[in-house]
Amino acid sequence: MRKISRRELLRLTGAGGLGMLLGGGTLKWLSPSNVSTSAPAASGMSATGQAVPFYGKHQSGIVTPAQDFLYFAAFDLIATDRDEVRILLQKWSAIAARLQRGETVGDDEGKPLVPPVDTGETIGLHPMSLSLTFGVGPSFFRQKGVNRFGLADRQPEVLSELPPFPGDNLKEEWCGGDICVQACANDPQVAFHAIRNLARVARGAAVLRWTQAGFQRTSTADAAKGTPRNLLGFKDGTANPDTTDNEQMNQVVWVQPDEGPDWMVNGSYMVVRRIQMRIEVWDRTTLQEEENTFGRHRESGAPLGKQNEFDPLDLERKNERGELIIPENAHVRLAFGDGTEKILRRSYSYTNGIDLDTGHLDAGLLFICFQRDPLKQFVPIQQRLAKQDALNEYIVHVGSAVFACLPGAQEGGYLGETLFA
Amino acid sequence: MKVSYVTSLFLSSTLLFAGCSSSNESAEQTPNQAAAQPAASQPTAAAQPEAGDVQGDPQLAQTVDQYRSYVVTQCDAFVKATEQFANAVKAGNVEQAKKLYAPTRMYYERIEPIAEALGDLDPNIDAREGDVPDQEWRGFHRIEQALWEKQTAEGQGAYADQLLQDVKQLRALVETVEIDGKLLVTGAVELLNEVSSSKVTGEEERYSHTDLYDFAANVEGAQQIFVTLKPVLAQKDQPLTDTIEQRFDSLFALLAPFKQGEGYVSYTELKQEQTKQLSQAIDALAEPLSQMGTALNL
Repeated sequence: MRKISRRELLRLTGAGGLGMLLGGGTLKWLSPSNVSTSAPAASGMSATGQAVPFYGKHQSGIVTPAQDFLYFAAFDLIATDRDEVRILLQKWSAIAARLQRGETVGDDEGKPLVPPVDTGETIGLHPMSLSLTFGVGPSFFRQKGVNRFGLADRQPEVLSELPPFPGDNLKEEWCGGDICVQACANDPQVAFHAIRNLARVARGAAVLRWTQAGFQRTSTADAAKGTPRNLLGFKDGTANPDTTDNEQMNQVVWVQPDEGPDWMVNGSYMVVRRIQMRIEVWDRTTLQEEENTFGRHRESGAPLGKQNEFDPLDLERKNERGELIIPENAHVRLAFGDGTEKILRRSYSYTNGIDLDTGHLDAGLLFICFQRDPLKQFVPIQQRLAKQDALNEYIVHVGSAVFACLPGAQEGGYLGETLFA
Repeated sequence: MKVSYVTSLFLSSTLLFAGCSSSNESAEQTPNQAAAQPAASQPTAAAQPEAGDVQGDPQLAQTVDQYRSYVVTQCDAFVKATEQFANAVKAGNVEQAKKLYAPTRMYYERIEPIAEALGDLDPNIDAREGDVPDQEWRGFHRIEQALWEKQTAEGQGAYADQLLQDVKQLRALVETVEIDGKLLVTGAVELLNEVSSSKVTGEEERYSHTDLYDFAANVEGAQQIFVTLKPVLAQKDQPLTDTIEQRFDSLFALLAPFKQGEGYVSYTELKQEQTKQLSQAIDALAEPLSQMGTALNL
């Protein structure tokens, strides 16, 4: 027996068929002739609706301007042989290319007695700048020391579990993963649809380990396209490198030839941290304390003592009493360090209902950053922050993962081709 | 599945598919009218030739006959087992009744989609508390509650008699149930959906925690359908056949450590990680299983 009683069912079906149950009362019957799998006509499509190319030297979703919404998924492989994993990546690549063009997973033949090929919730929608970014974690190569797919000798040295940081309160359910898929789009349903369908075709080969939906202010809400604010109300990403500057991206983001394994050239390493914010505590913090915590003015985003968001940091400047204007433990100072470690941040805010133990909002930042070498870039920054950052009073890291985002695929090829070659 | 089979008694089950297309006007129609007059402007499943009809497909017809005889065999055993269970209840032998409870139910769980196609029988035999109004609540779970919650069989005699009667009626009616290719391909998935929605959550056997018996029986029932269809399926799609076979194997391998004697350990002994694994293995199997219709050209 299932939850819906027969009696209840008769009432529901009597009132319009099961379709009504699922809100399908307004759905059209999907016959082959009216299921469109081609991308909608470009006419009338706004910039946010356009397609981001899947194929290329690099994967999309890294230097792609951050879309409005994120759906992030970490998968565990249950496949036991290498070919199964390769086939999964081939299938995923082909589907990802279709989805990014705004197409469905596959052409539906409308057979009545089999489930539709695509789950359907994006039929007729624009591509909405969907980007799907795939990475493999340390456990992809070695699981509890076991060379599970015979690829252990290909594990990059810099792709290892992150060291523990002081103050971490990591929960297993928000950590790790053999493979990650970062879905970003200017529509939350488009992003969710992508992960849902990738998980579906992966059944039997990979299972979801954890997922997190993310958001930021939408681009239409901010005509000026300013730096987005995090849930603490401060601009987040001011100091990001310029993603349109190829040279900078080669310095900061893209793995270069002769550093680590060849298969990773043009790829990038991703660090993900699920950072819960102590929202209620922050909300009763004075403005002055908030600004000293970040080392920036809240309204303008300017460094303390400066006028404009992009004014250079002056970390030595002191006030008339001889005190540093940007305090010793301000977030911006510690994140900057000596300016040698740079990362490309691409984070999204999240909310996940409430923490049942405290009644507090479970909200924060799904911090995502890209770099050539996490051990030389993210790790030293985070070591400084974890030790001293004034912000630690208001945040706690509850999740952590690191992935090697594969180099891009060429048409006819697939993501991971260099790894499996 | 409960959903589709119960309904199919009353409406042509093709209407179910058409239900997705039904606009408000069909909501006003009685089910029979709706079935008789598929809206002309909308191509519906009802307008197509009966999908899954065995007429003109001797191999499929043979498959259906094989499956029917399996169902009858299970039902025969179900009647016998229920009789012993009912006797134990009526004799006030709580220990014996508890011992017989879960193994008896397995015969039913293997053929549940068939039983669900037979009207009120499923709720009469298998309703859980709250599924039906309390004064109508009877069947296995009513007795289960008494045996485990109250540790007594007292006052359960009438329910035991009624149960045996209902089960005998099921046995009589299975001879008449119409089985076609559609029921087979959807029935196999329905059995696994049963597992996904009520067994892995531990909701089915809320007093006895014998959910793993039902779990295993549902999967065995699905496997039986697959095995029956396999010769036909393998001709059309060998890789799909292999995948399904291999996923059944993995699932049974996952279940194996929980076997205890002839039965299974209490569901409460499973850790969250283990129930999650079982649930994901069901998903991994049900996905290719749901594709059997493609390969059979249904």
